[in-house]
Amino acid sequence: MAEPLKIAGYSINSRLFIGTGKFASNTIIPEVIAAASAEVVTVALRRMDINFPDENIVNFIPKGCIIMPNTSGARNAEEAIRIARLAQASGCGNWIKIEVIADNRYLLPDNQETIKATEVLANEGFVVLPYMSPDLMAARRLVDAGAAAVMPLGAPIGTNRGLKTKELIRILIEEIPLPIIVDAGIGKPSEAAEAMEMGAAAVLVNTAMATAQNPVAIAKAFALAVKAGRIAFEAGPGAVQAYANASSPLTGFLRESL
Amino acid sequence: MRETTFYDDVSHYQTFDFEGFFQQIREQDILRVLEANRLTPLGYLTLLSPIAEKYLEQIAQRAQELTVRHFGRTMQLFTPMYVSDYCINHCVYCGFQEKNKLNRRRLSLAEVGLEARSIVETGLKHILLLTGEDRRQAGVTYLKECVQVLRRNFTAIGIEVYPLQQEEYVEMVEAGVDSLTMFQETYNSVLYARLHLAGPKRDYRFRLEAPERAGKAGLRGLNIGALLGLDDWRRDAFFTGLHADYLQRRFPDAEISISTPRIRPCIGDGFQPAANVIDSNLVQYITAFRLFLPRGGITLSTRETPTLRNHLLGLGVTRMSAGVSTGVGGHSRTDAPGQFEIADNRSVGDMAAMLYQRGYQPVYKDWQTL
Repeated sequence: MAEPLKIAGYSINSRLFIGTGKFASNTIIPEVIAAASAEVVTVALRRMDINFPDENIVNFIPKGCIIMPNTSGARNAEEAIRIARLAQASGCGNWIKIEVIADNRYLLPDNQETIKATEVLANEGFVVLPYMSPDLMAARRLVDAGAAAVMPLGAPIGTNRGLKTKELIRILIEEIPLPIIVDAGIGKPSEAAEAMEMGAAAVLVNTAMATAQNPVAIAKAFALAVKAGRIAFEAGPGAVQAYANASSPLTGFLRESL
Repeated sequence: MRETTFYDDVSHYQTFDFEGFFQQIREQDILRVLEANRLTPLGYLTLLSPIAEKYLEQIAQRAQELTVRHFGRTMQLFTPMYVSDYCINHCVYCGFQEKNKLNRRRLSLAEVGLEARSIVETGLKHILLLTGEDRRQAGVTYLKECVQVLRRNFTAIGIEVYPLQQEEYVEMVEAGVDSLTMFQETYNSVLYARLHLAGPKRDYRFRLEAPERAGKAGLRGLNIGALLGLDDWRRDAFFTGLHADYLQRRFPDAEISISTPRIRPCIGDGFQPAANVIDSNLVQYITAFRLFLPRGGITLSTRETPTLRNHLLGLGVTRMSAGVSTGVGGHSRTDAPGQFEIADNRSVGDMAAMLYQRGYQPVYKDWQTL
């Protein structure tokens, strides 16, 4: 049985987090959440409409899930902070995914502004999960700023290109004492499994589910892949051998009897 | 040294031989562009060429894939609100031109509130405020007062008004405006002078540089467009794309988008478009632009018919107007004369039902003024 993930005192059994943008309809979201067995669900405050219950995404998320509003649309720390406070004021709890994007060509996050926003919001008591470009120094500063986890991107958001930043994420997993959650870029269940096998604490998937032919079926496949990857990580893979053990061409002479 | 603007970029193409360029394009060139990771401006022009029409289906498939990837199966909805049709310009193709004898109106702030309430009942949260150009009737102070009223009901407010000075755009941002829509009409400066016979709009360059002034003032959304049918659509489509690309590089944190309006019949002296822009031209433009700027927004108005709008869903379009009236006060009364005839009269509810039926989610709210 895989261990639960611990973030800010919460114990989370599902290591598959999901996003709610880009779906053809909000009505499919409860089914996707069920198929993914997701417990943490991110929602863009920019899309939340508390005055329009039929279209308000929050009403489609089952009770018991942790709603993690995100600051999509924020161009700097100040806007991210304001969005986080608005989200809290509209009753979304105290989790926040910081997303600060000042480049709309590639949608790459601004690590420096993200660190600033993390510090302010962590001090205000938010559980802060910052989305970032995988950079060791920036990740260390996020730890100092009070982040609850660090969420490096696997590839530019929405590209479904997989773990293009694998080596940098591997370093974060080795060096950062917080859960590393791979967010963005994961296009296929096999890539989610790869991230989990490597020791990622969780993955966050949105586009790959929302734009699939069958979002519910792919959510199920992601759930299985994430679980398999985690069990493999905890079990520890067998060592990879370049040659058979029986032959020791270099040191065999030591055992040769005289 | 003078700061360069998009005016300099347009000037560089003054002597560019478009016909010559189109003639030397071979089919292999189009295939190469289709496989490229990122299009150059001339790659974009290659997809706008007459010979590329043969590859329209391939271009459309790639456009659809990119659109779904970056924008998902969603469509943002908004509606325009005309608050004043007083205008001192003489644009030969427009129903609101100074010469036309209209019963001109400007809404009182109470009437703006009435319009807002009838729109907000439909669920829309994004509004585009429009006026003609007449600072005595609809000056910056009046616009700011309208914005104050609209903020009670809408979470995002755009303006489509005459070009302002940078400091005036700053005032608009402070009042709560998020985005600008500014149509250059045509990037051909010689033709521009012939179409705009009188009024401040004759200043081609002041209008051309308005989106950059707005960007510098901190507006988060910049939407531009040419009125298709005034000049050769391929050239204006090319310059609109170049302009969007320029703005995205200059203001990387802004959301850049284009509109692709085709000229429509209007009240008045029966201006005839120089070039007929047919449906397949419009499809070629929208899909080629999607490949050129994969994350750029594309707005499609009710100038197009319901059938065409339904088909264009997913080929690149990211935003559509719904429940539209182009007359002043037209959301709360029925006798308002419009700026031009619309072709799609569907209500917001009808549009939402059509979108759901085709596997798209209507998005009523996609931003909230901070």
